[in-house]
Amino acid sequence: MKGFYLKWLTVFIGILILAASCRKDDPVLPSEPTLVNPWEQVTGDIYGFFLLNEGNMGTNQASLDYYDYETGVYTRNIYGERNPYEVKDLGDVGNDIQIYGDKLWAVINCSNYVEVMDVNTVKHITKIAIPNCRYLAFKGKYAYVSAYAGPVQIAPDARIGYVAKIDTVSLQVVDECIVGYQPEEMAIVGDKLYVANSGGYRVPNYDRTVSVIDLKTFTEEKKIDVAINLHRIQPDNYGNLYVSSRGDYYEIPSKTFIIDTSTDEVAYEFEDLPNTHMTLCRDSLFLYSTEWSYITNDWTVSYAIVNTRTREIVTRNFIKDGTEERIQTPYGIAVNPNTGEFLVTDAKDYVRAGTLHCFGPDGIRKWSISTGNIPAHIVFTRKKLQPLEK
Amino acid sequence: MLAIDEVTVLGRQNRTIVPAQILSGEKLQRLNSHSVSDALRYFSGVQIKDYGGIGGLKTVNIRSMGSQHVGVFYDGIQIGNAQNGTVDLGKFSLDNMELVSVYNGQKSDIFQSARDFASASAVYMVTRRPVFESGRRNRFNVKLKGGSFDLINASALWEHRISENLSSSANIEYLNTSGKYKFRYHKDGGYDTTEVRRNGDVWFLRAEAALFGKVKRGEWQAKGYFYNSERGYPGAAVKKDYGISLLNEDRQKDRNFFFQGSLRQEVTDLYSYKIQAKYANDYMNYVMPPESTVQPMDNHYWQQEVYITAANLFAFTPWWTANLSTDFQWNKLDADGTDMFNAHFIEPRRYTLLGAIATSVNLKRFSMQASLLYTYVHDRSARRMETAPDKNVFSPTIIASYRPFEKIGLDIRAFYKEIFRMPTFNDLYYVQLGNRLLKPEYATQYNVGVVYSKRFDKGVLSTLNLTMDAYYNEVKDKIIATPTSNQLVWTMVNLGYVEIRGVDVTFNPCFNIGGVALDARLSYTYQKAQDFTKEKDEGWEETVMDGYGDQIPYIPWHSGSAILNASYRKWDFNYSFIYTGERYMLGNNTPVNYIQPWYTHDMSLSRNFPFKHAQLRITAEVNNIFNQQYEVVKWYPMPGTNFKIILSLTL
Repeated sequence: MKGFYLKWLTVFIGILILAASCRKDDPVLPSEPTLVNPWEQVTGDIYGFFLLNEGNMGTNQASLDYYDYETGVYTRNIYGERNPYEVKDLGDVGNDIQIYGDKLWAVINCSNYVEVMDVNTVKHITKIAIPNCRYLAFKGKYAYVSAYAGPVQIAPDARIGYVAKIDTVSLQVVDECIVGYQPEEMAIVGDKLYVANSGGYRVPNYDRTVSVIDLKTFTEEKKIDVAINLHRIQPDNYGNLYVSSRGDYYEIPSKTFIIDTSTDEVAYEFEDLPNTHMTLCRDSLFLYSTEWSYITNDWTVSYAIVNTRTREIVTRNFIKDGTEERIQTPYGIAVNPNTGEFLVTDAKDYVRAGTLHCFGPDGIRKWSISTGNIPAHIVFTRKKLQPLEK
Repeated sequence: MLAIDEVTVLGRQNRTIVPAQILSGEKLQRLNSHSVSDALRYFSGVQIKDYGGIGGLKTVNIRSMGSQHVGVFYDGIQIGNAQNGTVDLGKFSLDNMELVSVYNGQKSDIFQSARDFASASAVYMVTRRPVFESGRRNRFNVKLKGGSFDLINASALWEHRISENLSSSANIEYLNTSGKYKFRYHKDGGYDTTEVRRNGDVWFLRAEAALFGKVKRGEWQAKGYFYNSERGYPGAAVKKDYGISLLNEDRQKDRNFFFQGSLRQEVTDLYSYKIQAKYANDYMNYVMPPESTVQPMDNHYWQQEVYITAANLFAFTPWWTANLSTDFQWNKLDADGTDMFNAHFIEPRRYTLLGAIATSVNLKRFSMQASLLYTYVHDRSARRMETAPDKNVFSPTIIASYRPFEKIGLDIRAFYKEIFRMPTFNDLYYVQLGNRLLKPEYATQYNVGVVYSKRFDKGVLSTLNLTMDAYYNEVKDKIIATPTSNQLVWTMVNLGYVEIRGVDVTFNPCFNIGGVALDARLSYTYQKAQDFTKEKDEGWEETVMDGYGDQIPYIPWHSGSAILNASYRKWDFNYSFIYTGERYMLGNNTPVNYIQPWYTHDMSLSRNFPFKHAQLRITAEVNNIFNQQYEVVKWYPMPGTNFKIILSLTL
């Protein structure tokens, strides 16, 4: 009898130890290719696009996906296997991605650095540390990065933001220019850099200005008063800047403004054009809005195209096949300038993998694919991404 | 051990129909644990979310229904947190703890407050009651602990017998640790980095005093509790450059105190009553200094709670009893933060009225309890701003137990319970998050199981306990946070729907081999907790994953634990093992969300040194013997091998 129970005890412990011994080595995760578009082999000088997934804050899940127009294959998570020795992959919260020359630049917001890669191979070149960095802009020999975390201002205990100037040859920060609070997107017109200041950390005392930096002296020339909580800034082909205000999520709604860069003043304010994100293709400004109100506890999603020549709203919905009803949280938009096809990402509930939808110029959906967590920023590449050397 | 009667602790001869999982007395003290949350890891069906280190947040989730469905009771009265609905069990010391128990469904002891009926599962912590050797009026105990992470922990206990019917107890404890430890992240064929966990320091001071009295056919108890602490939150160990980033400078200060009392008396053979009352006052300060790169914050929160309950027991016959209990609770939350926060903060007040009727039948081989709980909640804003509509909810429970064979200690048990959790103040009213239109979150539980216990008079095996339960839970209108237009602007919605299927097994044999008392406690849990939340984005082609039916984040399919305890004369040896299987973070069961299993082995050895009027006990502990680098929550690394020495002197 006693032997019987002892045997069972041994068996039970044995099972536990067996169960316990199945911890595998933690491998470098391979990329995940999927054929999404077998119908088209688009050629032309755009070979593909990179998509930067933000990754939920604190999860270290910023990741890079790639779509190849020649093969119609979408590949998730390409950074890790190409850079296995980069500690903790891309890091926490990707916020912007751009290509300049032969280099692919990615801003990793909560890891406080800018990642510079070879655009042909996505091999890591260097990291540039910038605290709470947000967006990128380029001109001539320099890259510019807006950053939330400048020196602490005494009065409201918030840090004032700055724009860092990076030499694209030495890849070092060479200068800094103090701007407004929590600066966001930037645009360069001529020799002037415009940066939208949000002041989002200082609610309810939002910043409401666009800072104008003279690139020759790299000093702030003036501030243009626009509206509270500015975010996006997009130049058109007529010397104008489209600027978005997020509003305060209570009484003040999101809005779109135009700054005339010849006078550096607000020239136009759209009536009823809430704006979360916009992108320009020739004279068509694609924009969408996901506007939340804490007063009604409700939110409104809208899509529109503005003709930047006439400033008319061409359409109030550029998705023509009803797909918009099935997009939970539009989070990124890009238009292929060669074909006019456009891409819209859905971040869903921010927890599950997001989705990327590709639409033809007619607004009819062509294909969809799961992305990483919070797909957000897209850049088209005119260089072929070389396959991974095995 | 599982079938222990609670008589010694709660003092009333009402058999609980479904026994709890219990760790008590020496067994509890011998575990290599810092806090109550560490001890709860050994219970089946329990998942602890541990954000690492000594001071990090530790919340308990029972049977995957979510931590807000777990009621936590301290000496018989629930610890409330109207603000966020969860209790940080890392804050409760094991120093003066006599018993920790876990109930699925509810405690099936009929003579209890309405609150005891009001959560999906419950953790009961019972502190030590004074016990005196014959003829003695005082008992003193001093404990000193030191070890890894620059840990210093000291406590003192004084128990005093004032008279035949009155005794007192006073207990004070101080802890200080730097919370610093090294951890390593390593990818096979890739990067390999070792970092130091920083800003994980904690200190706390806890003081408790209690009076225990006896009255004719009854007893009373009064208690005061004080806790003061400051801790750093080390945050997620994501990729960063410490040269410039100061992301994890968050600090939290807590100051809690409460007074509570209870009186229980048997008026006649037919009628007994129990009255309990509590006043709690909690202050919390959370600071993100402006030197950090993220949004500066300096928020203060003040919570108050008044709670009063009366339970009335009618023992109609020796086998048929009924209970009627009513509770009233008042909660208040005040806060001071940024100007924006203050402008929109509604200063909520909550009035909760609970009523429970329950009846219990205890026959020789069959027991059953049925209860119906009524809850009324009314919220009000001190600033006359709009609040959530009133809630009126009825929640029934049925529990039954049956012994099929008279001579075999085998019981079959089952329960069905419907319960809900109220949206918390944060869910409803937190500035730039809350949604006052939220509905309560409902949980329905079905459980069926067997208990087998046997005592042996001869042989090596002395006692044996085995329990096995299978359960099915549904959580609907699950309250989840969802983003609106960017990562900084979130709100709460009633979206989720989760189905949980699971099996809990515990096995507890005790042996006596040539003077060595050997006690083993094994537990195993299987859980399939699937997210069946309907989303608007269904019906895509197969290139789009929807996560529908995937295992919910942080719930392992397999988990288990083993404790082996051996005593021989003046020596005690304890070995404990915990296993948590593979699981996923975020919403999809995809490779990027995969989290490795983890398992730790802990050991301790103690020796008693008895003197004439005193006893000294020295314990040495080593935890995580194989120095496994693991995470309970992704990017919150846990400590590797660590040590502790404990000196305990009893006079």
